[in-house]
Amino acid sequence: MIVKRIIPCLDVKEGKVVKGTNFVGLRELGDPVEMASAYSKAGADEIVFLDISATNEGRQTMVDIVRATAREVFVPFTVGGGVRTIDDVTRLLQAGADKVGMNSAAVVNPSLITEASARFGAQCIVVAIDAKRFGDKWHVMTHGGSKDTGLDAIEWAKTAEKNGAGEILLTSVDTDGVKDGFDTELTSAVVEAVRIPVIASGGCGKPEHFSDIFKATDVSAGLAASIFHENTFTVGEVKRICQQEGVDIREA
Amino acid sequence: MIAIVDYGMGNTASVSTAFTNLGYEVVITDDIQLLESATHVILPGVGSFKAAMEEINDRNLNAALRKLAKEKPFLGICLGMQLLFEKGFENGETVGLEIIPGTIDKIETPHILPHIGWNKLQISDKHPAFNRFEAKHVYFVHSYQANTAEENIVATTDYGTKIPGIVRKGNVFGIQFHPEKSGEIGIEIIRTFMNETANR
Repeated sequence: MIVKRIIPCLDVKEGKVVKGTNFVGLRELGDPVEMASAYSKAGADEIVFLDISATNEGRQTMVDIVRATAREVFVPFTVGGGVRTIDDVTRLLQAGADKVGMNSAAVVNPSLITEASARFGAQCIVVAIDAKRFGDKWHVMTHGGSKDTGLDAIEWAKTAEKNGAGEILLTSVDTDGVKDGFDTELTSAVVEAVRIPVIASGGCGKPEHFSDIFKATDVSAGLAASIFHENTFTVGEVKRICQQEGVDIREA
Repeated sequence: MIAIVDYGMGNTASVSTAFTNLGYEVVITDDIQLLESATHVILPGVGSFKAAMEEINDRNLNAALRKLAKEKPFLGICLGMQLLFEKGFENGETVGLEIIPGTIDKIETPHILPHIGWNKLQISDKHPAFNRFEAKHVYFVHSYQANTAEENIVATTDYGTKIPGIVRKGNVFGIQFHPEKSGEIGIEIIRTFMNETANR
């Protein structure tokens, strides 16, 4: 049977991997291709690049990074961030990305999901949802988690699936950066609502957080950034702990 | 020289790199003369069976590919593996390259489709060269599978139903998963294909 996936996420700004997304004082961590290659060799099941470049030059650089990554990395990789049109999707897939993630643009124009999925297949279309709790519901947030769209996140996940999304990358705005574990309630609610794989993101601070979310929900994958980048834990250590906890994973 | 068939169906870059990194010279082409001059022919592919056969026919590659498969080591990957069979039933019935007996049918499983992710191989005991890949994980992305005789199956995976992962008929191999996306194990599987066909 399909195993749970461990996914390091690289935030890329103007061609460099940076720490943090929306805060001032971004710290450069290294070269995206080198880091993706190192994670893939260390046993990462997949790599996610999130392009947070603010300029057109930065976005063009991302296409070059994708092309170089396709030559160096032998696990699937996803590219998201700033994907607004079918041309953006085409450009990234042609450069060698296995999947493309879309977020705000899909909220504004849900037919972008349908169009991309019909053309390239659902398996390469990931819809990223940033969700924040409001009472007993969650709302879809855009602009790096700062703008409330008022959309119900669970309903939006169902719509994304119906429109042809192959996977959902679900980030909890509430747990993101807190490092106290993934958002179990949100993850569980979305996993129960759809029949496509869900990737949990936001809040991972130690390897046990991966095994916790895998045991508590039927989520397909966990994504984290800082615990890998800060060399706190390797992918291998995360996998070893998952295995000890009885989670079915691919050996690193 | 290894020739990767370019017929407009998806990502040839990663497949090409996998062979280049193993030290082989690679050309990506739809030129029949170039294909004929190659030592090995690789047929990759992502997309639907019907669309792929249309592309192959539009480029007049159908007869050439059937002929090449009789003459030299030939490897179909993912959709390229499915095209090796007699018929596909994705978007209606389509005749394939008819190199390996069998059909390509929708996966019948209680689990969600597409079958996407890392799944474990079980190696048939008739193929000792592949034994070391027993219980190794490889990366699958597909909704259709081959139905073929046991004798053509090198490896399977379990997804609520048995799915052929590697098939073989003589010098023709097919790999349902993506060896070029399956980490070190995937590269080793490609190396094994090259070794197994080295003396032919």
